[in-house]
Amino acid sequence: MLEIHNLTKIYDGKVIAVDNVSFEVKKGEFLAVIGLSGSGKSTLLRCINRLIEPTSGQIMWNNIDITSASQNEMRNVRRKIGMVFQHFNLVSRSKVITNVLSGRLGYINPALSLINRFPQKDIEMALKQLDRVGIADQAYKRADELSGGQQQRVGVARAMMQEPEIILADEPVASLDPVLAHSIMQYLEKLNKEDGVTILCSLHFLDLVHEYADRAIALNQGQLMFDGPPKEIDDARFRSIYGQEAKRVG
Amino acid sequence: MEREKSLIKSVSFGLAILFGMIIYAYGFNVTKVNFETTRSEKRLTQLSRIMRALAHPSLFVYEKEELEVMAPIYLPCPKTQVQIHNPDTSDSYLILTPNCAGPGEIITVEGYNIWPNTKGPINFLALSGVNLTIGNLQSDANGYFKAKVKLPKRQPVDVAQMIRVLPRRNIGNPEFSDVAKSTWDKIIETVFLALLATTFGTLLAIPVSFFAARNLMSSQKSPLTNVAFSTIGWPLGILIGLQTALTFKSFVIQLFVEDVLIRSSIGSVLGIGLTWSVIQWLFPKKQDQSNLRKHKIVQSVTVILCVLISILTIYMIANLALVLGQVLIEPLGPIGFVGNFISQLGDVLIMVLPAATALLGGGTLGLAGNKLGQYVSDHMSPQVIKITNICATALAGAVIGGILGNTIDWFYQLDNPQQTLYLPMSIGAILGALVSLRISHKHPIPIGYVTYYVTRTILNATRSIEPLVMVIVFVVWVGIGPFAGSLALALHTIAALAKLYSEQVESIAPGPLEAVRATGANRLQTIVYAVIPQIIPPYISFTMYRWDINVRMSTIIGFAGGGGIGFLLQQNINLLDYRAASVQMLAIAIVVATMDYISAVIRERFV
Repeated sequence: MLEIHNLTKIYDGKVIAVDNVSFEVKKGEFLAVIGLSGSGKSTLLRCINRLIEPTSGQIMWNNIDITSASQNEMRNVRRKIGMVFQHFNLVSRSKVITNVLSGRLGYINPALSLINRFPQKDIEMALKQLDRVGIADQAYKRADELSGGQQQRVGVARAMMQEPEIILADEPVASLDPVLAHSIMQYLEKLNKEDGVTILCSLHFLDLVHEYADRAIALNQGQLMFDGPPKEIDDARFRSIYGQEAKRVG
Repeated sequence: MEREKSLIKSVSFGLAILFGMIIYAYGFNVTKVNFETTRSEKRLTQLSRIMRALAHPSLFVYEKEELEVMAPIYLPCPKTQVQIHNPDTSDSYLILTPNCAGPGEIITVEGYNIWPNTKGPINFLALSGVNLTIGNLQSDANGYFKAKVKLPKRQPVDVAQMIRVLPRRNIGNPEFSDVAKSTWDKIIETVFLALLATTFGTLLAIPVSFFAARNLMSSQKSPLTNVAFSTIGWPLGILIGLQTALTFKSFVIQLFVEDVLIRSSIGSVLGIGLTWSVIQWLFPKKQDQSNLRKHKIVQSVTVILCVLISILTIYMIANLALVLGQVLIEPLGPIGFVGNFISQLGDVLIMVLPAATALLGGGTLGLAGNKLGQYVSDHMSPQVIKITNICATALAGAVIGGILGNTIDWFYQLDNPQQTLYLPMSIGAILGALVSLRISHKHPIPIGYVTYYVTRTILNATRSIEPLVMVIVFVVWVGIGPFAGSLALALHTIAALAKLYSEQVESIAPGPLEAVRATGANRLQTIVYAVIPQIIPPYISFTMYRWDINVRMSTIIGFAGGGGIGFLLQQNINLLDYRAASVQMLAIAIVVATMDYISAVIRERFV
C-alpha cells in the first residue's frame, strides 16, 4: 500500500512540477500515470524513490515514511522499488549481465561488490531473469551492442533483480516502436499478474492505458486532474487533461 | 536615420581598426621586433653556421689516420740568404710562396701528392712548440691543394719554423660517438622519468578527480550535526592513524635488529596468514544476513584488529623487501638493479604507510562521526540536537582554527601560542557556535560543493606552476637528478590530470547514475558501477596524452636540474657544441614521434 499525501515539488523555488497531489496505490495494482510532456509525471515517479527530493508532502509505504527516511533506510526502501526508464539508462560499456546484476547492489555486501564480486546465486538469478525476458543468449555482450527493444528488456530484468514490490516505469515504451512497446508492456503485465508487483507506469498512448492499466491518474501542470478506471476517460475528461485543442489519436 | 546609422557603423569600424593597429604597434614595441637584424650579413653567416651544425649531428665517429707534411718558413724574412727548401717530389710535399714573410702577412701554401679528397688543418709550428691552426686544406682528386693563409703575429725568430698540414682520412667502420652514447643513456633516463611521473600522477589523480567533479559532489548534502562530527573525526583519526603507524614502525625496527631476513620473513608469512584467515572468517562464502547482523560489534572489533594486523604485516613485508633487495644486488649481477628496485619499493612502503594509515584513520573516524551525527539527527529530540550541534560545531570550529593557526605558525615561525593557537581556536569555536545557532538542524549543508571548490582551487593553483619551476623545490629537497624531475612532473600530472578527469566525470550520461542509485546502491557502488565504466576510455586517452606531455616536459626538466636529456642539451648549447646538441634534439624528436605513434595505437585499441 503506497499513500501519497499532498506531494509538492518546486524546482529552484519557482517552477511547480508537482502541485499538492494525493492518491493511493493498492498492492498489486497496475496504475497508469498520464499527462502531457512536462506535466510532472517523471517528477512524481522520482519523488516516490526520492531520486528527486520532494519539497513538501508525505509518502507512506508499508508504514514507512519515505520522505523522512535516512540514507540507510532509503537503501532498504529503494532496493524494493524497481525502476524502468524511457532511455533504458543502461551502462552502455558494461556487459548485459553486469547491468542486470547491478539490480542486486542494494542487497549484497558493499565491500565485495566494489571488486565486482557477486554471489553465485545472484548470477544464476540474473541469467534466469534474462531468460524470462527472452535475451539469455545476449548476456555477455556489451549493453550498447543491443537494439533498443533488447536494451529495455535488460532494463526490466535489472528492475526484476531487485525482487521489487513496486516498479516505477517512467515512459518505458516512449522510445520504442509499437510492436516492441507491446512486448515490453506485456512483460510488465506479467510481473504484475504473476509476481503481484505493484506497477506505476507513466504512458503517452491511451490505447496502452486501456489495455494494461487497472486504474489511471492524470496530471496537468502538476495537478491531479483525474483518478479512476481508464474507461471513464471520456471526451470532456480528455480535454481537461490534454487541453481544449487536443484530439484523440489511438 | 538609416544613413546616420550606417555612418556611425563605418566610423566605429574605422576606430576599431585604428585601435587594433595601436595594440599591435605597442606589441611590436614591447617585443622589440626588428627585422633589420634578420638580414645583417654577420648574423646570417652565424645562422647558417648553426643550421649546418644542427644538420650534422655528431652521431658517428671513424678511426682516423693522418699524413704529416711539413715545410720550413721564416718569420720574418732573415737578413742573410736562406737555405732553399728542396722537397722530395716523389712523395708528398709542400711549396710555400713566398717561403718567408712578416707577421700577419698572407702566403700561399700548395700541396702535392697529398691523399686525394681529404681535409685537414694547416698548422704553424712555432719554435717554442706552440701549435697554431691557421687554415684548412681540401685536396682534390689528384692530391693537390692550394690555400692562402695568414701568418700569425709572433716574436721574430732567426731560424726556420714550420708550416705543417695534417690531411686526415677515415679508416674502418663508423662507430657511435661518445655524444651518441651519453645521449642514449640520458634518453632512456628521460623516458623512464616520464613513465614513473605519469604512473604515480595518474594513480593519485583518479581519486582526486572524483572530488573535483561537480555532478558527483553537488548532491552530497549532510545535516550540520554530521558535518560537525566528521570535522572533529578527521583530524583525530589522522592523529591516531599516524601514531599507530609510527608505533608499529619503531616496534618492527626494534624487533628486527638482528637476523633481519629470517625474522621478517617469518613475521610476514604469519601476518599474511592471520589476516587471510580473519578475512575468511569475516566474510564467509555463504552469506547469512541475519547471522551477520547479530555480531555487528564483534565484527567491527575484528575489522579494526584485522586492519591493525595488516598494517603491522605490511611493515614487516616492507622491511623484508628493504633488506632482501640489498642482499640480492650482489648475486643478481647484471640485473642487480632489480634488487635495488625491491629495496626501494620497501623503502617507499615504509615512507608512505604512515600517510596511508593517517588517511585511513581520518577517513574511518570522519565516517564514524558522520554516522553518529546522522544517528543523533535521526533519533534525538530537536532540543538535544540543538545542544549537541552547538557543542559539536564549536569544537569543530576550534579544531579548524587550531589547525589553521598551527599552519601559520609553521610557515612564519611566530612561536606565540597566544596568537597562533588559543586565539584562532576561540574564534573558530565562537564562529562554529554561531553557525549552529543560525542554521536549522535539519537544513542540509552542501558539503559536496565545499569539497568541490576546495579541491578545484588547490588543483588550479598547483597546475598553474610549471614543472620546470616546481623542480627547483624538489632539487633542494632530494638533490639534482632525475628523481627530483620525476617528483615535480608527478605533482604537476596529478593537478592537470585530476582536472581533465573530473571534467570527464562531469560529462558522463546521468541516466545510468540515476538507474544505479534507484537500485539502492550506496555512493561508492554508484561510482564503481555507473561512473567508472563510462570514464575508462577518456581516462586512458588522457593518460596517454599526459605521458606524451611528460616525455616532452622531461626533455627540458633537466634545464633546472631535474635530470634526463635536458641536462646534456643545455650543457652542449652553453658550450656552443651545436653538433652534439643536434644529437640530443634528434633523440627527443624520435622519442616524441614514437610515443605519439604508440599512444595512437593504444587509444585505438581501448577507446
